[in-house]
Amino acid sequence: MVVRGAPIRAADAADRDAAVWAAIAEVPDPEIPTISLVELGVVRGFAFGGGPGGEVRLTVELLPTFVGCPAVEVMREQVGDRLRELGVADEVIVELSFAEPWTSDRITPAGREALRRGGFAPPPPTGSTFIGDDLLTVLPVTTCPYCASRNTTLENPFGPTLCRAIYHCADCRQPFEAFKAV
Amino acid sequence: MTVQDAASQTALAELLLAMADDEFVLGFWDSEWTGIAPILEEDVAMSSVSQDEIGHAKALYELLASLSGEDADEIAFGRAPAAYRHAALMNHPRIDWAFSIARRYLYETADAVRLESLAGSSYEPLANLVRKMRREETYHLLHFDLWLRRLTEGGPESRDRLIGALRDLWTDAQAVFAPLDGEEALVAGGIMPDRLETLRKRWLDRVVTRFAELGLPPMPAAPAPAPDGRRLHGIDFAWLHGEFTMVAASEAGASW
Repeated sequence: MVVRGAPIRAADAADRDAAVWAAIAEVPDPEIPTISLVELGVVRGFAFGGGPGGEVRLTVELLPTFVGCPAVEVMREQVGDRLRELGVADEVIVELSFAEPWTSDRITPAGREALRRGGFAPPPPTGSTFIGDDLLTVLPVTTCPYCASRNTTLENPFGPTLCRAIYHCADCRQPFEAFKAV
Repeated sequence: MTVQDAASQTALAELLLAMADDEFVLGFWDSEWTGIAPILEEDVAMSSVSQDEIGHAKALYELLASLSGEDADEIAFGRAPAAYRHAALMNHPRIDWAFSIARRYLYETADAVRLESLAGSSYEPLANLVRKMRREETYHLLHFDLWLRRLTEGGPESRDRLIGALRDLWTDAQAVFAPLDGEEALVAGGIMPDRLETLRKRWLDRVVTRFAELGLPPMPAAPAPAPDGRRLHGIDFAWLHGEFTMVAASEAGASW
């Protein structure tokens, strides 16, 4: 716990940062609640700073998965609410940033597993889907998240949300969604 | 970098507005396919693509708003029709599926050339946004290239309708690269790495090559676009403008 106004020792700062990461990790993705925002890789980082009146200000940077993702405002609110609840700063600012592009390679190994458990095939690494001059493509086949079969076909590269494609598994005869490589 | 001189600031605002309005207006036209596309998969695809475009427009309007101190919603919904700066290609309603596919193909290929170039912009906030947009636009390009091929090879009717639409839209498509006021300042400062006319030739090369590969007939010669290629809109857009501003206009200043 940080005593406001007191100089922050390195160990305290590390504890405080760990507490912030842990708090953000409790916030699920609004559209795929089996995965947290940290696992999804949308949290670029955060920094503590001082406001104009000497207050402690926490600024968090989120990278939208898609530019037009309608869930980003919900993410922003939920991260802000959770961190205000944590009480490590007088003011919490959650910013959206394109300083670096969010790519599906930012999803952590735990996040990929969480997607699969939720019935979504995790995205292939983007490197594997670039052909020629950085042209991205949707793989015609992926692994079924339900039965692990590769006997699947791409039904539609566009799905119910911007980040998802639709496949069909010929073995367990289930339609399923895959997170797009982007 | 920050954009210092007034000429570059004005020209940058024109560039952002042109790009945002292209995405915004096309996003609205094609969102009309939701529920009535030829197949269910296309209902989903057109809706998703349109949502992407409107999202890109939103980000571009916000970037513009951060420069000018205006409100992004006000820029999007608060202008009279004559103040929009989308290219003439976006003046037309959706007509039929072949027409919409022809327009999307022409737009996506032109937009890809524009974004490839602007990814190297010296104006970092734009370069960053463009790098992100390109990853999404690539899916659009693949999708509409596939549809171009499908309609070309589908049979006489789909092929004829497609060719007719491409011809009807050919001149207006050039207007995506209509010269912008103050373009020289943007090129000199590296905000635009290439002139629009250079980009237009690059785009023509690609599209003409693709049409030849697919056995589509050559398009008529298209003169370089006039500077008013983004200024003249007409009655179809006036109708669409009434549609997409209806909610915003119903209660000015309401929060969403």
